[in-house]
Amino acid sequence: MKRRVAILFGLMLFAAGALLRAQTDEEVEAHKLVLDLTGAFSNDGFKLRDGHWTGTIKPQEHALIAVNLFAGNQYWFSAAANSKAKKISVEVYDEGGKPMVTETYNSGDKASAGFSPTSSGQYFVSLGLLEGEPTSFCLVYSYK
Amino acid sequence: MIFRVRFTAIAFLMGTTVAFAAEPASLPAEQLGKAIRTDSLTIPTPGELFAAFEKPGKPDWAGQYRTPIPMTYRNRGQIALNLGGLIADGFIAVEAQDSQQVKNIGTDIIKLAKALGVSENVLSRGNSINEFAENSEWDALQEELEATQNEVKTSMQSHSDQDLVILVSLGGWIRGTQVVSASIIKNYDERSAKVLRQPAVVNFIHAKMNEIAAELRNEPLVKAVNNQLSAVEKLVTFQPGKAPTLDEVRKINQAVTKLMEDIQNKTETK
Repeated sequence: MKRRVAILFGLMLFAAGALLRAQTDEEVEAHKLVLDLTGAFSNDGFKLRDGHWTGTIKPQEHALIAVNLFAGNQYWFSAAANSKAKKISVEVYDEGGKPMVTETYNSGDKASAGFSPTSSGQYFVSLGLLEGEPTSFCLVYSYK
Repeated sequence: MIFRVRFTAIAFLMGTTVAFAAEPASLPAEQLGKAIRTDSLTIPTPGELFAAFEKPGKPDWAGQYRTPIPMTYRNRGQIALNLGGLIADGFIAVEAQDSQQVKNIGTDIIKLAKALGVSENVLSRGNSINEFAENSEWDALQEELEATQNEVKTSMQSHSDQDLVILVSLGGWIRGTQVVSASIIKNYDERSAKVLRQPAVVNFIHAKMNEIAAELRNEPLVKAVNNQLSAVEKLVTFQPGKAPTLDEVRKINQAVTKLMEDIQNKTETK
């Protein structure tokens, strides 16, 4: 009996490990895709911040990430997910939760929102999976 | 008739969707409170601060250099705080486009990083910094400094020193704010002064400081710095869109200069 439990536990650990590796691969893929997307902004003089957020988002759900921006700078927030995502969104809200008017780019599993704050302070970037299966997202931002 | 009702319903739904996409609903405070906050995205880099600050006109960056700091700290908390400050100094030297200063600071960054026992990857960054400085590749240098900071933090996390990560960020924030506020005092401009509104950054750092292990949190320097953060948070809180007055900027500068002096000079026993 003990041996069976040990084998079962071992299998569960293996499965969990495999799942973790799969999630990591998805995150790496999402990161790679979003870096491809930000290349266009770099050509336009935007500096890519060397930091990112990755996480899993389910359909019709949103992830909200707090950022602190400076008046005077221009920002592009870019997100990508892998092919399981059919349509994603990137939106920006101010510190009171009010949606900001942004320039947008959307190409199914990749999206960007461009924003120039007139007030320095905290803002929130909302990532959403509008269509597709639950999958890993990666968010980065560029500024100039 | 049924078709008409269906069509109207679909059109209405489509219209609603389009309107929603154009202007999403506001988010409730409860949801904002649960937002993800991370060191790597929530705390702006000195490079971002300086980019916004110099928009109205290039300041005298070289006028903000400080004398070299000691490289003999033994306390790990103090080293981490000073390392953050030095990285901000690196960004200042890049803004000033001063190759020699970048190389000097790069050498000091590597010395302090070595004292913390960070990985070889970080140490190799020193060579890249020198190379980019020699060739006056300023954009590449800025990226390299940011990458160095992140490499130091990653190395800390993998060596179970994750509590030091927030100290590096804090050191960088204090030094960046000191430099910007000092420049504003010299040549007050409302547009430049607006960048000092950062209550959420200080609030986040303060919250993270209160999460670190009690042993490190209770070290005299870390405790002294942490105790001053509530006052600093109040000083960098203004109405959205409003610039601080010259007098308010002076108060911010005094507070962060006091913090910087403590970080640089306080004698620790450990």
